[in-house]
Amino acid sequence: MIANFIFSLLLIAAAWLFTKNIQRIAGNIKLGKPVQIDDNKGQRWKNMFRVAIGQSKMTTRPISAIMHLFVYVGFIVINIEMIEILVDGILGTHRILAFLGSIYPILISVFEIFAVLVILACVVFLVRRNVIRLRRFWNREMTSWPRSDANIILITEILLMTSILVMNAADGLLQSRGNEYYAAMGSFLISDLMQPLFAGMSDGGLIILERAGWWFHIIGVLIFLNYIPYSKHFHVFLSFPNVYYSKLGPLGKMPNMPAITNEVKMMLDPDAALQPEASGSEEEIGQFGAKDATDLNWKQLMDAYTCTECGRCTSACPANITGKKLSPRKIVMDVRDRIEEVGKYIRKHGKDAEDGQTLFDRIKDEELWACTTCNACVQECPVNIDPLAIILELRRYLVMEKASAPGEINATFSNIENNGAPWQFSNEDRLQWAG
Amino acid sequence: MSTKEKISVPVMAELAARGEKPEYLFWVGCAGAFDDRYKKVTKAFASILNHLGTSYAVLGTEETCTGDPARRAGNEMLFQMQALQLIELFEAYEIKKIITICPHCYNVFKNEYPELGGSYEVISYVDFLQSSIESGSLKPHTGQFSGARITYHDPCYLGRANEIYESPRKVIKALNGQLIEMERNKHLALCCGAGGGQMFKEAEKGDKEVFIERTEEAIKTNPEVIATACPFCMTMMTDGIKYKNRENDIKNYDIAELIALSLG
Repeated sequence: MIANFIFSLLLIAAAWLFTKNIQRIAGNIKLGKPVQIDDNKGQRWKNMFRVAIGQSKMTTRPISAIMHLFVYVGFIVINIEMIEILVDGILGTHRILAFLGSIYPILISVFEIFAVLVILACVVFLVRRNVIRLRRFWNREMTSWPRSDANIILITEILLMTSILVMNAADGLLQSRGNEYYAAMGSFLISDLMQPLFAGMSDGGLIILERAGWWFHIIGVLIFLNYIPYSKHFHVFLSFPNVYYSKLGPLGKMPNMPAITNEVKMMLDPDAALQPEASGSEEEIGQFGAKDATDLNWKQLMDAYTCTECGRCTSACPANITGKKLSPRKIVMDVRDRIEEVGKYIRKHGKDAEDGQTLFDRIKDEELWACTTCNACVQECPVNIDPLAIILELRRYLVMEKASAPGEINATFSNIENNGAPWQFSNEDRLQWAG
Repeated sequence: MSTKEKISVPVMAELAARGEKPEYLFWVGCAGAFDDRYKKVTKAFASILNHLGTSYAVLGTEETCTGDPARRAGNEMLFQMQALQLIELFEAYEIKKIITICPHCYNVFKNEYPELGGSYEVISYVDFLQSSIESGSLKPHTGQFSGARITYHDPCYLGRANEIYESPRKVIKALNGQLIEMERNKHLALCCGAGGGQMFKEAEKGDKEVFIERTEEAIKTNPEVIATACPFCMTMMTDGIKYKNRENDIKNYDIAELIALSLG
């Protein structure tokens, strides 16, 4: 009875804390500029099924794709077991789903197979990160926290899976011994093989082991649930909406700035300025481009929270490959860390408070100017994050608000303005190629 | 097809003066007009248009920058100034179809001008050439590049940006060329390093130039020809070949040149 009470209390506390965490992140994302994304719903659902649920963009790197699939499917399948654990915990029952009869051991065996696959994948991932040290896990932005975060997630998942297997092995032994509390319900495929490890234990010891496994698993899950919102692991939730809201159509298309269209139209045709309908919307022209995370739109902030720091973008970036400072992953991580910081400050000091910092305290101009706008990072991202859109917003700020482009870029601008070409040639010579 | 002699090129303003309207605007682009190497590509493509008897014209001295490099570098104001002026010019000539030989111009016309009020049928020259071969109107000889080891470098703004992967490859195959893919190709292709305004500035500090990385990858295929389909990629790959001292055994041709050279 006490156990059910403690369990229910823990469950309520974890759910409350998780709700708070989600509200914090949702609030931070809403600090972004408004952007309306409600077109082509059919296509968006399709993308979500293909890219997020179907993992279609993972396949370009087969080893991590297969290993990730184990963890992903394992996560979903083993969550069915969570239903049983929750009901058992609240009602004080033991293995409530056993009423399924002969299907039950099959179900548990399937969970166990996935538990083993998840452990296998996590071990491979740990080796890739810490032993083989794949370059993309050791780039400059992969400082001690991002590296620890990844290891914490992987080790936690291994522990959570192991606790299920140990619990089942102890349960199976108790069943075979005819213990009164452990009704026989058939054999479990994997944990049966582990029984010899615990065969020397007394019934009392096994019961403690079984209960410990159960409690370790559920408490572990509840803690992990509330760790995720502070971790790169948040992609398990945001990947789906993030793909849904991601850019449709050709990658080459850059978003327009309508506020500038009105200004340019007035410059080209001053008469038009006098006609109210020609000046378009009365929207106030604020700052051009993005100086801080709050100047980005909410989708770009959602991108930042969705990033799981896999580094595929950075490993495909021509600038990064050739040793330049630019790393698309760093840009996305910087945006996330900055909006977290802004959110925290605002919650403490009120919504108009400013801490005097901007994104440019984290991102150097040199990083932004190394981008070739090649879209390799956008193409690579398995959850359709668009680092290029962020880079371009920052460039817009540098050029249009600070006029601080590199000298050669400024020269290119004035060539375009004065000669109609990025180089200093005369338009009169435009047909010379025919000769 | 010789590239030495002068070719006749119809100019939009002259046609308009005679009350004529060509089917296509052939958009040359700044690199096509001013870059010495790419001028040859422009001429090659124009000679193919002449060979086909296509109804087209160029803007000549009325052409100007699309504004694309300004937009990519963050200067939206300058981009829109260029774009809105060009849209007005296109409107004056009632232009409906545009063929481009520059992927950056292609992308900006096709994807970004419509939002500013300029909607056209925009055709990349690689698509145009491929469909002309497929329809049988363009019949290049297969002697010159028959069996030649050719690797094709995907320009970002044709490839990833607009998913044009097959047309240039089909052209190479139509010439009986032996197409050999680089390790990173199609949607995974590595940029030449010139996009996003990089063409006009020194690269940021690093360990290596992007064009060298890409050229080395191309050289690994042991090619006779590195085929490109973008003026900036051509500058980069040609420089890379020179840097690697391979100009004697590796040639850098544009897709249009491969065909022009095969028309004899």
